[in-house]
Amino acid sequence: MLELDGLAKRFDGQAGRALFSHVSLRLAPGECVAIMGESGVGKSTLLNCIAGLEAVDAGSIRLDGTELVALDDDAFARLRRRSYGFVFQAFHLLPHLTLAQNVALPLWLLDCAAAEAQQRATAMLAQVGLGDRADDWPRHLSGGEMQRVAIARALVHRPTLVLADEPTGNLDAERAADVLELLLGSIRSAGAIGILVTHSRAAAARTDRVLRLTATGLAEEAVAA
Amino acid sequence: MNAGLRHVFLASLARRRLATALSLLAIALGVALGLAVQLIHGAALDEFGRGMRLVAGEADLQVMGPRTGFDDALYVLLAQRPEVADASPILEVEASLPQRDDSLRVFGVDALRVRRVQPALMPVPEAEVAGEFGIFAADGVFLSPAAQAALGPGTGGTLAVLAGPREEHLRILGSVPGAGRGQRLAVMDIAAAQRLFDQVGRVTRIDLRLAQGVDRAAAIERLRPLLPPGVELLAPEAAASQVAGLSRAYRVNLTMLAAIALLTGGFLVFSTQLLSVVRRRQELALLRALGLDRRTLLRGLLAEGALLGFVGGLVGVALGYALSALAFSIVGADLGAGYFEGVEPGLRFEPLATAVYLVLGVAAGVAGAWLPAREASRVAPARALRASDDVEVLRARPRGPAALASLGLALLLCLLPPLGGIPVFGYAAIALILAGSVLVLPAVVRLAMRALDGGRFVLLRLAHARLAAAPGQVVVAGAGVVASVALAAAMAIMVSSFRTSVDDWLSDVLPADLYLRASSSGASAFLTPEVIAQVAATPGVSSVQPVRFDTLRLDEAQFPVTLIARPVAEGAPVPLVEGDAASVRGADGLPPAWVSEAMADLFRLAVGDTLSLPFGGAPHRFRVAGVWRDYARQHGAVLVELADYRALTNDSRSNNVAIRVAPGVQAETVAAALQAQFVGRNFELAAPGEIRATTLAVFDRTFLVTYLMEAVAILIGLFGVSTSFAALATARRKEFGMLRHLGLTRRDIGRLLALEGALGAAVGVAVGLAAGGAVALVLVEVVNRQSFHWSMDIRLPLAALAAFAVTLVLLAAVAARLSGYQAMRQSAVLAVREDW
Repeated sequence: MLELDGLAKRFDGQAGRALFSHVSLRLAPGECVAIMGESGVGKSTLLNCIAGLEAVDAGSIRLDGTELVALDDDAFARLRRRSYGFVFQAFHLLPHLTLAQNVALPLWLLDCAAAEAQQRATAMLAQVGLGDRADDWPRHLSGGEMQRVAIARALVHRPTLVLADEPTGNLDAERAADVLELLLGSIRSAGAIGILVTHSRAAAARTDRVLRLTATGLAEEAVAA
Repeated sequence: MNAGLRHVFLASLARRRLATALSLLAIALGVALGLAVQLIHGAALDEFGRGMRLVAGEADLQVMGPRTGFDDALYVLLAQRPEVADASPILEVEASLPQRDDSLRVFGVDALRVRRVQPALMPVPEAEVAGEFGIFAADGVFLSPAAQAALGPGTGGTLAVLAGPREEHLRILGSVPGAGRGQRLAVMDIAAAQRLFDQVGRVTRIDLRLAQGVDRAAAIERLRPLLPPGVELLAPEAAASQVAGLSRAYRVNLTMLAAIALLTGGFLVFSTQLLSVVRRRQELALLRALGLDRRTLLRGLLAEGALLGFVGGLVGVALGYALSALAFSIVGADLGAGYFEGVEPGLRFEPLATAVYLVLGVAAGVAGAWLPAREASRVAPARALRASDDVEVLRARPRGPAALASLGLALLLCLLPPLGGIPVFGYAAIALILAGSVLVLPAVVRLAMRALDGGRFVLLRLAHARLAAAPGQVVVAGAGVVASVALAAAMAIMVSSFRTSVDDWLSDVLPADLYLRASSSGASAFLTPEVIAQVAATPGVSSVQPVRFDTLRLDEAQFPVTLIARPVAEGAPVPLVEGDAASVRGADGLPPAWVSEAMADLFRLAVGDTLSLPFGGAPHRFRVAGVWRDYARQHGAVLVELADYRALTNDSRSNNVAIRVAPGVQAETVAAALQAQFVGRNFELAAPGEIRATTLAVFDRTFLVTYLMEAVAILIGLFGVSTSFAALATARRKEFGMLRHLGLTRRDIGRLLALEGALGAAVGVAVGLAAGGAVALVLVEVVNRQSFHWSMDIRLPLAALAAFAVTLVLLAAVAARLSGYQAMRQSAVLAVREDW
């Protein structure tokens, strides 16, 4: 369970202009939500705050009952290793690692034995339809394939929470639909919580709930696919 | 290329200030070292040559003999010849000075003759102290301005010199103004000098001015038959070129070291330019897509290297002059090697050398920029626009055949003889070994990464994967490391081998318990048979072995060789590398002689050959019985039995004596007895330990400049690691941002960079050490043999090399960690900003 209570964020700390405030949200395992909003409203900043990469100015973040706001940088890093998965718009695969190694990276960080990491990464690649290309290199992939690998990397260590910012932003409509289906399906079947930041109404419509972020908080809205 | 385009390229240098500054500094240091060596030695040689010309004056020819001189009857004979217009006899003595380590060149001249032949040596008496016939005074001497400045007493004072076992005090009656500021010498009447130095009836040189219309070659042909053995007729410039030739190998060695520092600077330009090209891949692809042709792109990138080289060269030139001025004031014109003693040159602007080194700086910059520029100009723009990763460029193509060809050619070059006494092919082999070792790096990285398993440690796995996929990263960061480590390791092995060999050699040649010598320097002091007898009769002395030194002119093209006459059969062992020390005459009845390695090389002598040694006014045939190791005389030395020498010359004087004490007697007791016995005499008594310590101190001083150059090369190599990792870390900031998202801490990223730095440097250091070993072999077996004619036993300073390697790997790790600091500091969010 992810619980956000009264989160507030200002530009440049307490003295700066308010970005958003009163952000509260409860998400259960297996639930996927989309966050939409105007450019500059702070959608990405909210994800950063949830990931512990930016500090909040007020409020509380609890993951499975653990308060995260008070964690220091290193403790949050350890938590991210264990409990978070990320999907980036530009994929961010390491060019010097094979596809299997890229997927195994979170397992390596969790000190998983090499053979086991390789086996789980290969299985995860098979789940995203790239099982036969485990030893291939990222430079040989198309954008859609790269995002599939990124999804595999985000889920391979069975995280509690998957954060994805514009995961289909670099893909054409057809590939975007495939990737989104794969991402949401994988999150749901893994029983994880998924938060998508997107500008695409079509993408948002495939999630369980759509939330609009404004300066005064999150509001649920109905979106037609 | 128009101004706008020029700006596009050159502004890139300003954008990467640290890398640009370090590249500039590296080139500047290389140029500065090379130019300084050139300036210092050039000035010393000029001054030395000026001194030779000054002493020769108007002479067309010089009759030169051994250090102990030749019969002055030859002067009378030559002066009467129709080919000779004027003849001026000179007795030149390297006078020992009591209580001083240096000596003074004293010229005994005929004042009436010297005015016409060597006017610069004309003494000018001070009327108040010299009187009417001061220039003929038996106890008078005239000092050059430099000698007056160095020795203290001015006109009216006295100068103490050693003449045989005696200390004599000469009145300073005036000066030799024609000698100029750089020459330290004294002039006195020749008859007085002959008496003073026990050389009555002998001269060391006769300078000849030929009659009008007489051709020099014809005069040499006609006069040479009149000369006794061991006396040569030389053109004045030949003597100067002999000295220049003697120091040339040393000068070329230092110049080559400076060239390697410059080469390392070129590697650094290569690293920074390659990384710059990696970072600007999309920018350059965009330019190509907009219509920039390959050639203009290539030229633009080469212009960046040229500008780096030019500015670095300018800074280097300024630094070179500053270094030269500093070196003149601290270590002297010979950089501590002892080739130009008695010469005090001044620093001058040398336009040609300056221009050459400036051009070399530009060449290093352009050469460093060449490969990256070619790489960038060959990339297909569409591909470069699409791909933004650096791994593609840093994959590094395997260059095994080129590396093998390079190393094979190096091996072949080592078999070739020197050119004009300079081991040109040896140096070329060293350059090829360095090039080959850089070319072999990608293959070594691949092998090393294959052998090294990432294991369970995630950072090690990441570093391992990165280096395995992009060995070019090691090539970029490690090229400078390889060159500098190879240089440092080679010098360390060579110096260690040399020092150990010198130490062993000193043990061989200093077996006695005590050594008594007439003077620490110069040739005017000697020990008489009476003194030797007194030493032998001193209580506690078991045996004495006197030694006599002289110089012999065997060939007009060569510097005189040193003659050493001492008991060989019962004396100190000879450090033979060939032949044997049995002091027996062969079937042909010829006495044995043992030649040094230098003499064997220079005069092409081998064991069993016959050798003619001109001393005592006649040639004497000897049989070469052995070749020995001599680190003291680069121009060659020949050892003969003292008994043979005395039988042929009737010269009973000695320069020093080796003393063995009786069993059970302390050497210190005998030393005290000898000091009491010779109180007030200017003899020097030394234990072998003291001589060994002094010799090794001189050895270390000689290599001081070498150590300095090594340190600079290593510093430049570390610059390479630092700039490479700074640029790589900046190029990889998105990767680091992503890793932070996945749960790596900033510290972890720092550790990852340090690990990559350490792994890369470890490979660079390993290849550098291997290349250093090969370069050391070339230095010992080719360069030293061909330059100085010295052999030595290879000794690996394993502990020092291991400590050096570990330190360098750690320093590289620290440099990589610090250089990546900026990229690590960046927020993980900002690093992937385009996505969030």
